Amino acid sequence: MRKLINAPADVVSDALRGMAAAHPSLKVDPANGTVIRGDAPRTGKVALVSGGGSGHEPLHAGFVGHGMLDAACCGEVFTSPVPDQIIAATMAVDGGAGVLHLVKNYTGDVMNFQMAAELAEDEDIEVVSVVVDDDVAVEDSTFTAGRRGTGATLFAEKIAGALAEEGAPLADVAAAAREVNERSRSFGVALSSCTVPAAGTPTFELGEDEMELGIGIHGEPGRERVRVGTAEQIVDAALSAIDADMPLSGSEVLVLVNGMGGTPLIEQYVAYAAAARWLEGHGATVVRSLVGPYVTSLEMAGCMISVCRVTPELTRLWDAPVETPGLRWGR
Amino acid sequence: MSAGSTDTGSMDAGDFAAWIRSTAGRVSADAERLTRLDAAIGDGDHGLNLDRGFRAAVEALPEDAPPGKVLIVAGRAIVSKTGGASGPLYGTVLRRAGKSFGDAAGVDAAALGAALRAALEGVQDLGKAAEGDKTMVDALAPAVAAYEAALADGSDLAGCARAAAEAASKGADGTVPMRARKGRASYLGERSEGHMDPGASSTALVLEALADTAGEG
Repeated sequence: MRKLINAPADVVSDALRGMAAAHPSLKVDPANGTVIRGDAPRTGKVALVSGGGSGHEPLHAGFVGHGMLDAACCGEVFTSPVPDQIIAATMAVDGGAGVLHLVKNYTGDVMNFQMAAELAEDEDIEVVSVVVDDDVAVEDSTFTAGRRGTGATLFAEKIAGALAEEGAPLADVAAAAREVNERSRSFGVALSSCTVPAAGTPTFELGEDEMELGIGIHGEPGRERVRVGTAEQIVDAALSAIDADMPLSGSEVLVLVNGMGGTPLIEQYVAYAAAARWLEGHGATVVRSLVGPYVTSLEMAGCMISVCRVTPELTRLWDAPVETPGLRWGR
Repeated sequence: MSAGSTDTGSMDAGDFAAWIRSTAGRVSADAERLTRLDAAIGDGDHGLNLDRGFRAAVEALPEDAPPGKVLIVAGRAIVSKTGGASGPLYGTVLRRAGKSFGDAAGVDAAALGAALRAALEGVQDLGKAAEGDKTMVDALAPAVAAYEAALADGSDLAGCARAAAEAASKGADGTVPMRARKGRASYLGERSEGHMDPGASSTALVLEALADTAGEG
């Protein structure tokens, strides 16, 4: 394992110390793993709290700021945060208008946020939870834990965050997050494994000519292992899977081509060119796009494609000003 | 076992503290193996997380508290330090078991059986998993059933705990051919077959520690 770390056990707290130094406008608590907007709590504003395992940077701590999250709870690498962190963040940002918990659909995240929401109730803080589950690679049935929450989490955080910034009530902000989730689908591909610092060895081994189709964001293997293809073929596999689940023809779409952490931007643009061509060829109109590593899996190579079928109102909220370490425009 | 044991045996607060310490030691020694099992079908952190959680539980163990309190405090420490699904699930095991003891200073074989049953129900409420889903329930459920069967046959506490540990270990082995339907391994579908479930494996460790603790003295 060759990594830029001091000690495996200190990766998350050391990284948060770095965030604190680089972004003095944020209130960072490295010991407790919370990142909070400097101007929180804002009286009368619905607060957004998200979080999850670390290792997906800039998600979620990098999306704390104006127009997006009020707080992020950073768990250990690939491990959900604990209820203590979530309740501390929730109490720190509540401005009396309630708090939206945005939770990715992983068993541990759902359980820990649920326990924290119950504790918040004891503190008379109104909490609504929206679970993001956009990953079409997972068979969705009553016999599985359900679809994973992946790239669409970024869409939900940005769009619900914009609405909260405008002063909308909790019910409306939660409804927007749900609408984004219902209109979004994602599919990921891994070209290499990543190494969790505390484990020290790659989570899985891929042969020289192999790739994993349908991965999540934790280095967990995907739904099948196949021979590696061209960018065109990979993008076709991803978008075909999305289109089969949520037909895209005739829709205006917001597209994210997301690097998983170990793939350079030049390859992400190669993938985006293929994605834009594919979507045009299948009758969809790309109205907004984002290319870059936003929801990563440590140094895993590969990409994830997320698509949201937007409405004019969702596009307007996507365009609204945002100022965070990981996403910034219009301000 | 503590002084004042009846014929069927009993455990006091010191025995339960010893159980938590023994579990922590086993989890620590086996952390790498558990993490490897998890890497095969999950995200490769189970041993690391559980090690962090049980270390915290040992540090939190209260002095001069009844058995129920010992387990509740240990369970809370695990929820606060472990994260993932293991934190809430193992925290629930200990807290539910502890609650079922009330303020009792000594726990007999029947009370321990009731506590294990309460722990199983807590895990199933929280995780919504049933036997056959390839989770810790596949070790815990047969362990509770074996404990109750041994109790009905007139075994003492140590014998019941040993029966539970053996059933848990067999239950964990039985997860190897299963296809996961809950937790992160469920995303793999048929590719989850052929690997032992890490949660079932760690549950077997916890019950092995209980049997050894109950059998001492």
